[in-house]
Amino acid sequence: MISPNTRPVVATMFRLQFEPAQDCWVLLYPEGMVKLNTPAAEILRLCDGQRTVDEIVAELEAAFAQTALQGDVCAFLGQARERGWLQ
Amino acid sequence: MQATTAPAIRPPLWLLAELTYRCPLHCVFCSNPVDYARHDREMDTATWKRVLAEARALGAVQLGFSGGEPLLRDDLEELVAHARQLGFYTNLITSGVGLTEKRASALKSAGLDHIQLSFQDSTRELNDFISSSRTFDLKSKVAAIIKAQGYPMVLNCVMHRFNLPHVGRIIDMAERMGADYLELANTQYYGWAWLNRTALMPTTEELRDAEAIVMSHRERLDGRMKVLWVSPDYADAKPKPCMAGWGAVFMVVAPDGTSLPCHSARMLPGIEFPNLQESSVQDAWYGSDGFNRYRGQSWMNATCGGCDERGHDFGGCRCQAFLVTGDAAATDPVCPKSEHRGRIDEVLAGAQAEREHAGRCGAPTQPLRFVPGATTLAGIVYRGDENSRALSAGSGPC
Repeated sequence: MISPNTRPVVATMFRLQFEPAQDCWVLLYPEGMVKLNTPAAEILRLCDGQRTVDEIVAELEAAFAQTALQGDVCAFLGQARERGWLQ
Repeated sequence: MQATTAPAIRPPLWLLAELTYRCPLHCVFCSNPVDYARHDREMDTATWKRVLAEARALGAVQLGFSGGEPLLRDDLEELVAHARQLGFYTNLITSGVGLTEKRASALKSAGLDHIQLSFQDSTRELNDFISSSRTFDLKSKVAAIIKAQGYPMVLNCVMHRFNLPHVGRIIDMAERMGADYLELANTQYYGWAWLNRTALMPTTEELRDAEAIVMSHRERLDGRMKVLWVSPDYADAKPKPCMAGWGAVFMVVAPDGTSLPCHSARMLPGIEFPNLQESSVQDAWYGSDGFNRYRGQSWMNATCGGCDERGHDFGGCRCQAFLVTGDAAATDPVCPKSEHRGRIDEVLAGAQAEREHAGRCGAPTQPLRFVPGATTLAGIVYRGDENSRALSAGSGPC
């Protein structure tokens, strides 16, 4: 479980960028590419090593006029860390 | 009417820029064409820049700078900077020769994303023998430079009968060097490796033993270093999904500008591949006979066209089909459904028989020693200009 005070950042091995040809955000890494769905991209774009998990959740809740996103965001961040996308 | 039912052609995602065929190494398994000496004119910087821009505009995002040895081009930094600015994820595929601290740092400033460094073995003796060059110590130094400058580092080691027994030590070496990925690439039998296939061919047992060692290390290294084991071409009972399909995601651009759907398609007879000095990347990818020849499924014979696997293996490898059967449209001979599978089994049986014979005779293992300037050694043909010129002229190697 990812703690609410950590400041996740996309791992140096990966680069996050928008690909017009794919019409989506992608993670690029040596010899590969992961296409991201919209929620995944919105979360990862906030993983800049400055914001805490709590701040990321608050920002997303404000941006999408939703509440109780904490569970989903933390679940995704946990998976992303397991896949090595975050450090 | 056929045009309306055919699936749309997707854009290329991956461009491999073979900047030069010049190389200080002479690896016996090199994937460059054996007649590369005939195609030694290289595209200039401006043309490469146009090619990169056109490929990027179509949607290509992964870019490998390869060769030969790409560091022999002194415009490499300029090309990397251009590529990075276009939004490519850039990879330098190198032997390490020429990668000084200064150059590594200039490439970093230009925006190079990662480096793939080749090793031939965990021992100096075999590394230098297989590449016919004194490069082992230099490669070790280069690995340290790459890590010190914070690049993600992929170590690539092409595997064959000589180094498969060292696989555990190769993994240890990669771990010590701090590699992020280790690619254990079993030899693919094209180009120079095809010439040397008898010498390089492992037995299925040697492959099985090595794979078991890889699997045991993989668990241990989970989360620290990713170890890729590229399936061996012949021992597998299934054809590989070569390049994820002909003209599906991948474009190779040879030093002279010839665009190709894979590293070795150039040797297929009767196909004119477009040269990007005259053609745009778009016309080559979408409109050329070369890229359309084996694209999709309409080219498939009855065996492949009626097979449930065709959506997964895309009909296997056209170059393998040509080399083994003489017909590039034939079912991949690795497939058990191919009428030519027997030829693959014969090669594997040949390797087995050779080991049994050597075992019975108690023959001493041939010493594999680097001999400077050798063009052939111990039944092996080295990749080099002299041999390539001779092979281009249709005669045997020197």
